[in-house]
Amino acid sequence: MAKTKVKYLAVEGLPKGYLLLLGVLGLSTLIGVLSAHHMETEGHIITGMNNQIVWGLPHVFAVFLIVAASGALNIASISSVFKRPIYKPLARLSGVVAIALLVGGVMVLVLDLGRPDRLLVTITHVNPKSIFTWNIVLYSGFIGVVVVYLWMMMERKMNAYSRPVGIAAFIWRLVLTTGTGSIFGFLVARQGYDAAIYAPMFIVMSFAYGLAVFILILFAAYKATNRELGDKVVQRLAALLGIFSTGALFFVAVYHLTNLYATEHHGWDAFVLLGRNGGGVYATVFWLVQVILGSLVPIALVFSGLAHQSRKLLGLAAALVILGGFGQMYVTIIGGQAYPLVLFPGSEITSSFFDGVAGSYSPSIWEFLLGLGGFSLALAIVAFAVKILPFLPESLADSVVDPHHSD
Amino acid sequence: MSSNNDSKRSRRTFLKGTAAVATGLALAPGVRLLGVAQAKADDEAVTGAVRWGLLIDTAKCSDCDVCVEACHAENGVKDQGDPETTPQWIRKLMAKDKMTGHVVTLPMMCQHCEHPPCVDVCPTGASFRRADGIVLVDRHICIGCRYCMMACPYKARSFEHVDVTDQAPHAPRGKGTVESCTMCVHRVDKGREPACVEACNSTGQGAMVFGDLKDSTSSISMALAEHGGKQIRADLGLNTGVRYRGI
Repeated sequence: MAKTKVKYLAVEGLPKGYLLLLGVLGLSTLIGVLSAHHMETEGHIITGMNNQIVWGLPHVFAVFLIVAASGALNIASISSVFKRPIYKPLARLSGVVAIALLVGGVMVLVLDLGRPDRLLVTITHVNPKSIFTWNIVLYSGFIGVVVVYLWMMMERKMNAYSRPVGIAAFIWRLVLTTGTGSIFGFLVARQGYDAAIYAPMFIVMSFAYGLAVFILILFAAYKATNRELGDKVVQRLAALLGIFSTGALFFVAVYHLTNLYATEHHGWDAFVLLGRNGGGVYATVFWLVQVILGSLVPIALVFSGLAHQSRKLLGLAAALVILGGFGQMYVTIIGGQAYPLVLFPGSEITSSFFDGVAGSYSPSIWEFLLGLGGFSLALAIVAFAVKILPFLPESLADSVVDPHHSD
Repeated sequence: MSSNNDSKRSRRTFLKGTAAVATGLALAPGVRLLGVAQAKADDEAVTGAVRWGLLIDTAKCSDCDVCVEACHAENGVKDQGDPETTPQWIRKLMAKDKMTGHVVTLPMMCQHCEHPPCVDVCPTGASFRRADGIVLVDRHICIGCRYCMMACPYKARSFEHVDVTDQAPHAPRGKGTVESCTMCVHRVDKGREPACVEACNSTGQGAMVFGDLKDSTSSISMALAEHGGKQIRADLGLNTGVRYRGI
């Protein structure tokens, strides 16, 4: 049976539901920006952050969004780089979601700075050894590369270049996530960080988080526009989600096994795995949110076949992977800081500056609203993009996406 | 041209001498002078010919915190009410060996590393190391990302969570930026000791020695050569400018 040509169409008309969605997302973004303005005006004193926990909830949101952004591009990469035609109709949306998530994440990261008004200083004064500097280049370049990639895919005359540009985008995204993971991996001072595994671990996590966000956006978009979404595509995505989540869990296991083998790291693992010495909240989030709800349940849903049979269950699995991703970022970012610095191994340390004790952190509403604003901006960009340009296939029915399909 | 340079040089020498004499008069008896040659004119570039450092003898360090009080008074660092967010440029730290119960108390501050992780990670170069080894934050280009605080192994840096009022003119600070011990660079450049060292010595403790680590005849170098001095987290290979005895 001959393959039906994929047609891409922008979302037509201006239904009330669409306007409402855009309004809600826009309002949430605005609230996020206003929260950041309040934080800047009053100072970080109104946040839960302090001199022990210097990166709080905004970083949890920002790093999740940035990691998920690079992972969301994976669908396009599988199509262009690894030549899997069934993913090709999804490639445009993959690129859009990737850009949107990155922009949302960077917004949160920038607005959480102590002096966001000095952002231009990062251009006029550059320290080439800083991983943040690399990331500024990597994030800006990512948007540029993916925009060109989308152009190559969407402009018929340029289609021939979509594979080489797709390869470039794939390499770029791998380097980007390496850079994001290395923010923590290269920090020699802290027990929870200083591990080269952070870069590949973040890459595999990005596959899972990005795909989970992509699946939910795909479901929402096709339901809202009444377009057909066939089982072939959905089941492929379900299988991928299971594989990626398993891969991420494998890296987490290896990371902790390494720590459990090395006596030097026993304190940190007792803190984050067993909740010793004030690590209770992080151990709870690790086991309950990151491992059980965020990894084991979705993996079970996929490999039991349930997520293949029910879109609701696949949606649930994707939502749980996202929840687990937030849990992982919370444990990594907040927990990693909360564990006290080891200045004198083998000694108990006390001081007026909270040495030797777990750092305390209670996120404030302003931080949460800023993070939510970044997420909302990302979704608003996707909603706006699919409205003005043909990113979504008119149909993703099995007969459209699979050349070998027969009814 | 040459005579012009000569006259500038002689004027500079005269100013240095005058400054040194004035400093000497202002110092309390018993405080060791750094020497005339180490005062620096404002327009004179910092060079790597010296490396400033501190040696702290924990055996002489008692439970007092005059070094902390002197530092914070000197640099205008005040209690802001919340101990979790109030900056601390220097703090007294107590380390009790879990097996032996042996207790060591010492002042902890920026260790002025030769290879400072805070400088490596700073995206704008606001965290920087002077040629003479003093690690500082340029508050004009600090964007408040706090990456340096994540990177510092000594928890030496603080973030300004609130507006700072009544600042010391020589130690500008600002909400939304990071700050830490400057080794009292404003005093060192005038040939004086850091406030913490001066205070410690004025109480008779004499637990802190300040000086040029590159000058083998300086008190600090001679003390280090004779008794040694360890780095905290020496395993990190940062070659700190602050050394401790008795740890």
